[in-house]
Amino acid sequence: MPDHEGNGHSIIAKYLRQDRLPHIWCPACGIGPALNCFLRAIDKSGLDPDKISVISGIGCSGRVAGYVKLDSFHTTHGRAIPFATGLKLANPELKAVVFSGDGDLAAIGGNHLIHAARRNVDMTVICINNFNYGMTGGQVGPTAPYDVRTSTTPYGNFESPFNLPLLLYASGATYIARWTVLHLHQLENTMTEALLKPGFSFVEVISPCPAVYGRMNKEPEGLDSLKSYEKRSIIKNGADPKDVGITQNGPIIVGKFIDVDRPTLHTNLAVVAERAKKQVKNS
Amino acid sequence: MKLWRTPFDHNHSAEPLAYVFIDRERCKGCGFCAEYCPCDVLKMGSELSSKGYQLAVVKDGDKCLACGFCELICPEFAVKLTINNKVHSEIKS
Amino acid sequence: MTDNGHLSGEFFINGDVACAEGAISAGCRFFAGYPITPATEIAERMSRRLPVVGGTYIQMEDEIASMNAILGASWAGVKSMTSTSGPGFSLMMENIGLGVMLETPCVVVDIQRAGPSTGLPTLVGQQDVMQARWGSHGSYEIIALSPDSPQHMFDLTVKAFNLSEKYRVPVLIMSDEVVGHMSEKVVIPEISAADLIYRKMPQIGSGPYHPYKADESLVPPMAIAGQGYRFHVTGLTHDESGYPAMTAAAQDRLITRLVDKIKTHADDIILYDEYMTDDAEIVVCAYGITSRIARYAVKLARQQGIKAGFLQLITLWPFAERRVRELASRVKTFIVPEINRGQIVYEVERCSCGKARSLSVPHSGGDVHKPETILAAIKECHA
Repeated sequence: MPDHEGNGHSIIAKYLRQDRLPHIWCPACGIGPALNCFLRAIDKSGLDPDKISVISGIGCSGRVAGYVKLDSFHTTHGRAIPFATGLKLANPELKAVVFSGDGDLAAIGGNHLIHAARRNVDMTVICINNFNYGMTGGQVGPTAPYDVRTSTTPYGNFESPFNLPLLLYASGATYIARWTVLHLHQLENTMTEALLKPGFSFVEVISPCPAVYGRMNKEPEGLDSLKSYEKRSIIKNGADPKDVGITQNGPIIVGKFIDVDRPTLHTNLAVVAERAKKQVKNS
Repeated sequence: MKLWRTPFDHNHSAEPLAYVFIDRERCKGCGFCAEYCPCDVLKMGSELSSKGYQLAVVKDGDKCLACGFCELICPEFAVKLTINNKVHSEIKS
Repeated sequence: MTDNGHLSGEFFINGDVACAEGAISAGCRFFAGYPITPATEIAERMSRRLPVVGGTYIQMEDEIASMNAILGASWAGVKSMTSTSGPGFSLMMENIGLGVMLETPCVVVDIQRAGPSTGLPTLVGQQDVMQARWGSHGSYEIIALSPDSPQHMFDLTVKAFNLSEKYRVPVLIMSDEVVGHMSEKVVIPEISAADLIYRKMPQIGSGPYHPYKADESLVPPMAIAGQGYRFHVTGLTHDESGYPAMTAAAQDRLITRLVDKIKTHADDIILYDEYMTDDAEIVVCAYGITSRIARYAVKLARQQGIKAGFLQLITLWPFAERRVRELASRVKTFIVPEINRGQIVYEVERCSCGKARSLSVPHSGGDVHKPETILAAIKECHA
């Protein structure tokens, strides 16, 4: 939020490529508010923006990389995380942030997501979850609740969704939070914390997609989705990830679920590098 | 307006805590700001933008408490808040 | 070992290890890979050596991740490499295309085995050479080298890094199982900074940085992450600024430059070797392990009084088009033995323009050609 010196939008000017506006997202899309929070979180975090790289995959959320005034990489579908892993390992001074969608991160890139969490790479992953592939016209996503309508589940989704916080918890992520785009102050604070958290941090943002997903699920306006979040959201910090799965009309549990410490990949790599040098010296 | 007596918060309420500005070129009429403004400062107007979107307008700027939620929730980065520094420094002092 | 961790001297090592040492000597300090026969020894060597020389080794979850990780590392300013074999090479294809589009220096080693599919994991093939050229979707040019011995593996790996840094393109080392696994003497020279090329960097303070604004070399200077340029790069068609430009005109401008930056420098890139081609009527054209057998077969043919010669393709892509054209104007026949059912032979045939005949000596893989097979083909053409 704007501070009391009235610098609210100068933060936006500082980190947003305003010359690239209007952006490509549909009216009432949730990516804009999430990006807005992210830009403020960068400022709040006090990190050197020159050292932050934003890496995105493909899809609507993948286009975030093109709107931030930071080093930014728009990679291939699902591959933002391994790209970011290489970038971060090659220069540990950089802060790697992956900003992408649920399809990109959890379906085509699902393997990379769990392995990055397992390795505890120093990286923040922000996942816009709108339950579907918006850019290609609203096909079913890996997080789409059972029985929802999408352009490829016209009779109802017959699959079960990933519960992302549970998946990431099982994989070893050290920071896991979820908010909707109605919980913007919380989201901004969470993103700030995530940026500063050593190791793998994951922020899920439940976001409306009125143009395709909403239209097919009785939420044709973005406001319909926000009102639904308002009704269904329950803030439960520290909730057990196994209890936060999302159903079609059930509650949406939001909050910071996990914040634990374990050695990061970089600390562990430094240990073996020392060991290697010592062994070679002695041999 | 003639006042019978000066209210104790006259200086503050006479001027809003912040000025809300809506970029008419960016607004796409989603209604998020109007719906979630806690003080009903904003509303959806009847005017259409050059692209045909129904524009959000400032209904009652004096009521603004400068919470900044409208700025945050606008998907288009179309809402800008300028904090009224004068009032803030008065509050601070 | 020198202070910076390079080996130098004489070693009896296999091709995979020589490749890893070539990478270290070339300044490679990041390796991401996934175990696969017959390329695993490269990864193992890198996992042992990189931590000692201040680099990073990581085993990724698959080859797709490995390819992306080396692209990311390159954008962080570190020379990077991955190695694989056929199945992994197939998985890397999409992101080799990303490397081409983002103009990212990196080296990809394919120790070819016989396919398709799982094929013969432990036995030789040369079946990925057309995939190397055309495997990623879209129009592009790429550089691919083909070593024939462990020594060549070392030398060409250093060369591959230099080419990738100079032209900002992924360079492929299309080796094979036999070269990868054979042990021979490898002389590792003292490599100084003067032997190595590093990508051109933007000049600080020379105005706004456009990631894809090139001079007459067609190769734009490359900023790396964290220098403060705050640049954007994308796999989408983009203009000089690096931002998406979704028009046919922008596509034409970009793709033409990506293709031309390799094509116009073909003479600098292309390496080949020749043996007794001056008066040859029949030229055997081969690459990789097959070139060693072909060279021997040509020797045998000469002993029998046949005017045979030998052309070894060291650079597979861009293809040695001009040299093949020149030879085609005065030789009668090209014989192309390769451990596949005919790939490079089509290039030779194309460049011959009907002036010389092209004969394929195919091999399905799992083994190398017998010299007699190639000799029989030479004799058949001679008759």
